[in-house]
Amino acid sequence: MNLFEITHLTKVYRDRTVLSIDKLYLERERIYAVLGPNGAGKSTLLRILNLLVEPDSGDIKFVDGQLLKQGHKSYDMARRMCMVFQRPLMFSTSVYNNVAYGLRLRKLPHREIERRVSEAIDFVGMQDFINYPATKLSGGEMQRVALARALVLRPEVLLLDEPTANLDPHSVQVIEEIVRKHHQQFGTSVIMVTHNLFQAKRMADEVILLVGGEVVEKSNAEDFFNNPSNERSKAFLDGTMVY
Amino acid sequence: MDAIQFLIQQQSEIIEIVLLSLLVSGSATIISALIGIPLGAWIGLNNFVGKGLLLRIVYTLMALPPVLAGLVVYLILSRSGPLGELEWLFTPSAMVIAQCLLVTPIITGLSAAAIASKEGIIYDHARSLGATRMQAVWTVISESRTGIIAGIMTGFGRAFAEVGAVMLVGGNIRHYTRVLTTAIILETRQGNFEMGVALGVILLILSFIVSSIVLLNAKDFNLGEV
Repeated sequence: MNLFEITHLTKVYRDRTVLSIDKLYLERERIYAVLGPNGAGKSTLLRILNLLVEPDSGDIKFVDGQLLKQGHKSYDMARRMCMVFQRPLMFSTSVYNNVAYGLRLRKLPHREIERRVSEAIDFVGMQDFINYPATKLSGGEMQRVALARALVLRPEVLLLDEPTANLDPHSVQVIEEIVRKHHQQFGTSVIMVTHNLFQAKRMADEVILLVGGEVVEKSNAEDFFNNPSNERSKAFLDGTMVY
Repeated sequence: MDAIQFLIQQQSEIIEIVLLSLLVSGSATIISALIGIPLGAWIGLNNFVGKGLLLRIVYTLMALPPVLAGLVVYLILSRSGPLGELEWLFTPSAMVIAQCLLVTPIITGLSAAAIASKEGIIYDHARSLGATRMQAVWTVISESRTGIIAGIMTGFGRAFAEVGAVMLVGGNIRHYTRVLTTAIILETRQGNFEMGVALGVILLILSFIVSSIVLLNAKDFNLGEV
C-alpha cells in the first residue's frame, strides 16, 4: 500500500502553472527529499498534501483512503499528517502549551496530554524549557518545539518545509537527528522540501526533483546523486541549470 | 487646596459622577467590543469584493467627530426622530448609544488590522495541527489579542474622555447624566478652574487603573485552554 498516490494534480496561480504532476506514487516509511529551484512548486506540493492549498485539479490517495477526490477533501485524513514550516510560528504561551495545542484540539484527557507532551518535549531535548515562553526561544529551539508540537500528534507523515533553512550548523544537526530518530523508532514517513543538497544526501532515501512544477526525476537518493538519469537532474546537481 | 476641600465636601456627588462615567463608558466599550471584535475578525480573515472600501469607511468613522455622533443620536432619539417613542434622549442610555457610535469603528478597525497582519501564518499552523476552521479562527483571534486589547483600550479612552456627544444627548443633568467630562466643562464655565483640573486628574487616574486591570488580566488570556 502506497503512502500517497497523486494523479493529474495541477495548481495555477494567476495564469502561471506552478504544479503539474501527472502521476507520482510515494511509498510508506521512507524519507523523501523534494528538491528543485525556487518556484518549482515544492512548497505548494507539501501544502496541497496537507490540504492547506486547494489544487485546481487532481486526486490524492493516502494509504487506505482518498485524501482528495474531485475537490472533496478529507480533513480527518489530513489530521494523520503534520507539517513543520520553514519559519515556525510559536503561539504566545509556554512551550508546554504550544506542544499541547494539537492534543487539546483533539479533546484528549488531561493526564494523557501531560504524559505525551512531556515525552515529546524530552524527545526533542527541550525539557529544561517546558514552562518557558515559546516566543522568547532562539530559532533552533523554536524549530525543536515546532517538531515536538508535530510529533506529539504521532503523525504517519511528517511534512517538512525547509525546516533548517535559517539555522546554524549545530541546530541543523540537532533537527536532522530528531527527524531521523523519530523515523527509525516509529516508522514515520517524511517528506522534506530542502534547498540543501548535502542535507538531502544525509537524510533521504528517495529524491524527487521538481522543475517548473513538473517531476523531472524520482529515484533512489544514491542513484540520484551518483548517477542521475536525467540531463536536467545533472544540470541541477552541477549548478548549471538555467530556468 | 480649595479644590481638595471642595472634593472632600462634594465627595458623594463626585463618586456618583465617577460611577456614572465608568458605567456609561464601560457599557459602551463592552457593547462596541461585542460588535467590533467579530466584525473586525470577519473583515481581517476574509477576502471579498468591497473589502477595501469597507475598511476605508471604518477608518473614516474612527475619526468621527463626537459632536457629529451626538447630533446623529440626538436626531434619532428626539421626539420627531425614528426612535423618539423610546424617550431615551437626555438619559444615560442615549449617552451609551452615542459612545458606541464612536467606539465601535475603533475596535473594528484595530481588530481587523491586528488579525489581518497575522492571519495567514497562524491559520495555516493551526490547520496543520488539526484545528477545524472555527478552532483555527479562534486561534488567530487569540494570537492577535495584543492588537485587539489595544483597540479596546483606545476605544475606552475615547469614550471616557469624550465630551461633545454626551453633552448633546445627555444634557449634563445633575444627579442623572452628569459625567466627569461634562462636569469639567461646567466647572470651567463657572470659573472653578482648580476644580476642573482636579476632576481631570481623577479622570486620568481612573483611566490608568482601568488600563492596568485590563492589561494584567490580558497576560492570563492565552491558548492554555483552546
